[in-house]
Amino acid sequence: MTAIETMIEVKNLTKRYGNVRALDAVSFEVPRGQVLGFLGPNGAGKTTTMKILTCFIAPTSGEVRVAGLDISEDPLGIRRRLGYLQETAPLYVDMRVREYLDFVADVRGIAVDAKDKALARVVEVCGLGDVRDKEIRTLSKGFRQRVGLAQAMIHDPSILILDEPTSGLDPNQIAEIRELVKSLGRERTVILSTHNLTEVQATAGRVIIIHQGKLVADGSPEELESSRGGARYDVVLAAPGGGVAAVKEAFGRVEGVRGVDAAESGRGGEVDVTVHGDAREDLRAQIFKAAVDKGLVLLGLGRKQVDLESIFRRLTTADGAAGKEAH
Amino acid sequence: MRTTMAICRREFKAYFNSPVAYFVIAIFLVMVGVLFFIPFFSQDRVSMRDFFGLAPFLFVFFAPAITMRLVAEERRSGTIEMLITMPVRDVDVILGKYMASVGLLAVALALTLPYAFTIAAFGPLDFGPVWGGYLGLLLAGAAYLALGLLASSLTENQIVAFVVALFLSMLFLMVDKFTIFLPAFLSPWVEYLGFGKHLDSAVRGLIDTRDVVFFLSFVVICLFLAFRSLESRRWR
Repeated sequence: MTAIETMIEVKNLTKRYGNVRALDAVSFEVPRGQVLGFLGPNGAGKTTTMKILTCFIAPTSGEVRVAGLDISEDPLGIRRRLGYLQETAPLYVDMRVREYLDFVADVRGIAVDAKDKALARVVEVCGLGDVRDKEIRTLSKGFRQRVGLAQAMIHDPSILILDEPTSGLDPNQIAEIRELVKSLGRERTVILSTHNLTEVQATAGRVIIIHQGKLVADGSPEELESSRGGARYDVVLAAPGGGVAAVKEAFGRVEGVRGVDAAESGRGGEVDVTVHGDAREDLRAQIFKAAVDKGLVLLGLGRKQVDLESIFRRLTTADGAAGKEAH
Repeated sequence: MRTTMAICRREFKAYFNSPVAYFVIAIFLVMVGVLFFIPFFSQDRVSMRDFFGLAPFLFVFFAPAITMRLVAEERRSGTIEMLITMPVRDVDVILGKYMASVGLLAVALALTLPYAFTIAAFGPLDFGPVWGGYLGLLLAGAAYLALGLLASSLTENQIVAFVVALFLSMLFLMVDKFTIFLPAFLSPWVEYLGFGKHLDSAVRGLIDTRDVVFFLSFVVICLFLAFRSLESRRWR
């Protein structure tokens, strides 16, 4: 088999549940060896996308290829190549860990002589050594999550799809899982769904944000921060003679400024100005000079980097408006 | 095939990991013991015929108890998704689970064999009709289990699955008793679809190919519908 570089290819994916559009013309690609953070508020369509990628449900329309295979033509071939950890990691709680993993290995068709090795490996990687012979119903949430992860990795898949792998875990466990995801992402393709932004920054090389079934952002965390976020300057002026319009004009001319908002502050005799600029530059000196040139009295000036969290909030709170601006 | 067997083995073990199997088997054996042996001693005949007549009525309760969990519970807990996103076909899931339930029923039936040996001690027992009767019971049981699996695939609630399966099993077992209330042109059809007529020869220890064909077709249709019901998640 020749190496396929694009592991996941999604084109115009739409899924409707009755009249509800869970996914609306979503397109993206994931190359080999990338950890993709799949971000979105609850109900945005993350889980639906994963269910389609794993061939559990069929899309209403659109084209999806995983590992070069079409989801409608070879679902079994796709499932052989991917590991999937569902949200909340449902497991057969009446089984013992070892027994359960053994069952998964059987269903996955792992040969008898390779089975022991595969089991030993995931038990080691997921830190299940101490609970191997325990019934799953007696395990804590963290251990269940790890058993789920072991289940997803037992056949050494080239694609891993993890739906909120750290939900319900304590900070230590979260750190461990993140380390694991990072190390897995070196050779494999990992899709990591989450609504936790720190997680994405800690692990993912690329981020996709979806909101109300639409893809609203796609890029590395740094790219998103510089293109959609940038820097914000909060400027406070003593009320100028020319009014708000004059202020806007004064700062709008400064090189590197992308937008200016100004409004009476309500504190009396003051004007609040918000200047948007690029993340890579610091425009404070220029803003100061522009104010002096126009005879404006500067009462305050501060710069804030717009981070992923603000971008996420901006993109996923405005109803629909955010979606339109994306493409 | 390999995956079907892996699923079947897991399900079969799951019965014995939970109290289900023990309850079902114990209560079944006690009921057969009581309902069969009390009249047995008051009559002057060494035969298993009454047992073969009785067992289909007990199946109405026991088969749904065996099958109610199979799909419904996996849908409720979400494990069905974990199972199906492995390289497993929906058919494998249905067949594996079905075979496990038939296995449990076979175990329960095999455990009634000592009853046959016990009554053989009281007089000459013709084992020909006994084996025939057992085969007939297994076929009828297989039909009940297929119906129960279908009911289980329709819901996430085990209790609903149990009640639906109980109702349908009762309907198929008894419907031919009510043909007099139906318009004449319907009676032969209803009579054919009911289990009663097909069980008659099995009770006497005879295996009629037409009855075998009936029960096997019944199983295939129920399993096919269960398969469609499981598959329907994809399009919803």
